[in-house]
This record gives sequence, structure tokens and C-alpha cells, in this order.
Amino acid sequence: MKLTYPHTLALVTGASRGIGKSIAQALAQEGLTVLCVSRSEAGCQDTLAAIAESGGTAHALAVDVADPDAVEAACKTINDRWGAVSILVNNAGITADNLLLRMKNKEWDDVLATNLSSCFYWCRGLVSGMTQKRWGRIVNITSVSGLRGNAGQANYAAAKAGMIGFTKSIARELASRNITANAVAPGFIQTDMTHGLSEDIKEKILPHIPLKRFGVAADISAMVTFLCAQEANFITGQTFTVDGGMVM
Amino acid sequence: MSNQSIQERVIQIISNQLGRKMEDIKLESSFTGDLDADSLDLVELVMAFENEFSAEIGEDGIPEEDSEKLRTVQDVIHYVEKRMKDRSAKG
Repeated sequence: MKLTYPHTLALVTGASRGIGKSIAQALAQEGLTVLCVSRSEAGCQDTLAAIAESGGTAHALAVDVADPDAVEAACKTINDRWGAVSILVNNAGITADNLLLRMKNKEWDDVLATNLSSCFYWCRGLVSGMTQKRWGRIVNITSVSGLRGNAGQANYAAAKAGMIGFTKSIARELASRNITANAVAPGFIQTDMTHGLSEDIKEKILPHIPLKRFGVAADISAMVTFLCAQEANFITGQTFTVDGGMVM
Repeated sequence: MSNQSIQERVIQIISNQLGRKMEDIKLESSFTGDLDADSLDLVELVMAFENEFSAEIGEDGIPEEDSEKLRTVQDVIHYVEKRMKDRSAKG
């Protein structure tokens, strides 16, 4: 199927590596101009180089997504310099795993701010550009942890489950403006974030994945690319699990 | 822009935001009744008024308790004029 995109400016947070990098590359491959957000401008150089190599267009932006003032300022800069963003992918995320009894306030607050509050800041900042165009796509990258919980990840799972409720609410609010909002919940994907897991844990997880492998970032970006296309225009408020069948 | 009246600027914004012809927008037109604006339109209209009149009413914009009272085109024009008067009285 040939996917089409009536508006060409996209923004991806957490685009320096892993799933975010793959999403930025995939959207650029579709001919979109991709604004790549990461904490430092240097962080996105790999992504920018990869996109340039395949003939795509991308720009790097250094923004701390957990800082509401920084996101607001970035949205203004973006509007002035590039115009309205029509496709927003909230992918930036961190983990600070700990058991409940040992979890520090900072571990809780940081994970909630970077994973969940950031979605709110970016959506609020960019949505008026979409309402004016009467076209928009918002995709929030959540996690299977947010669907089924995960011992040691109360903060992360709370943030990711929060993103799903947030996504459903804005899907309802913005539907009349032809803006869709969906969530994608990756399972175990081979990235730097899961690289830290011990071999022992990986061995234990594998039997629970019917497709018998860990995912790759491209498995997620394929889903995101579709949800951002015109062809996905009847899909909103949904959460798509991309996990080899682990959660069903 | 400065030689355009407040009324013209208000009507221009409403026309852009709601996709209505300027001649269809009367002073007594109500946003939700006559002009078919929904709640999202109202929020966007207020933001557009704040942008347009930031020089006249200040950067703080239009507080929610004020914006809730703006039901017709005339309400907005009166409101902007009143805010300008209050401001010049203070300043």
C-alpha cells in the first residue's frame, strides 16, 4: 500500500537513538521533513546523518522535554521557523527502575515528567497548528508495561498507562478537527534501553513471546508510519501493542 | 493595521477562525448560536484575540472568567475597548 501524507512537517521526541531514531528515519523515508528532538543537539547527529544519507530532510532541536517552559519556547521557535507541525510522535522516555519500597521521589518524579508530562506539553504546544489545518496525527509511544504492569517499574508503568488515558481523551477532544491520536505499546525491543537487561531475564521473557524473538525498532516505526498516514484516518484513541504476541 | 478599527479586526479574526464570510458576521451574532462555534472554536478564538490585541490589552491576555462572558461579536469589541481604557487610565 502506498501511504500518503497531505502535510509534511513531523516532530519526533527522543529521536537520538533506538525506537525514536527509527521512527524519524521511517518518516523521512516517506518524504516528510522531520524535526528530531533530543536533550542535546549533538545527540541527534547520528539520526540526521542517517536521514541525510538516504536523501531525507531533518533538523535537530535540543529540548528538555520534561521542562514545560523549554517545550513552550521550542514550539514557538518551530512555528516561526518551519510552520505548523502536523505529525507529532511523543517517544522520549526514560526508566529509573526500582522496587516500590526503595523507590526515591526523584525516580518517580523524573520518570513521570519525562514520559507523561512531556506528552501534555508537546500536544498543548503544537495542536493549534493542526486544528487550523484541520488535519493532524498524534502518536504516543507507550509500553506493554503500561498495559500489564511490571514489577520494579511502578513509575514507568504509571507514566505509560497515563499516556494511554491521555491519548484517549485528546482523541475525543480533537476528533472534530480531523486530528487522530493513538498510542503504540512496544514489547521487548532491542535498543539501548533494554540492552541493560541481564541474559537471565531475557531467557525468561522469550518463552512468553509467541513469535519467539525480541522486536527491532523498525517493527515499531512501521506501525507509527502507518498511523501517521492519511490512510489511517478512521483510527483514533487506540493502543496498538507491537510485541510479538506477548500481550493479547 | 493600526488604522483598521477594533471592530474590523475582531470580525476579521472571527472570519478566519470560523471560516465565515465577513459580511455574515453581525455585531449581534453570538458565537455558539449564530456562528456555530463549538468549545474548541471558543478557546481558539480567545487565543486569536489575545494574539491580535496583545499590544492593547497586555501580554497577560484574557482571563478565563472574562472570556466566559464573551458571547457575541459586540461583547468582544466592548471588552477590548474597556481593557484599553483601563490600561490607559492606569498607565
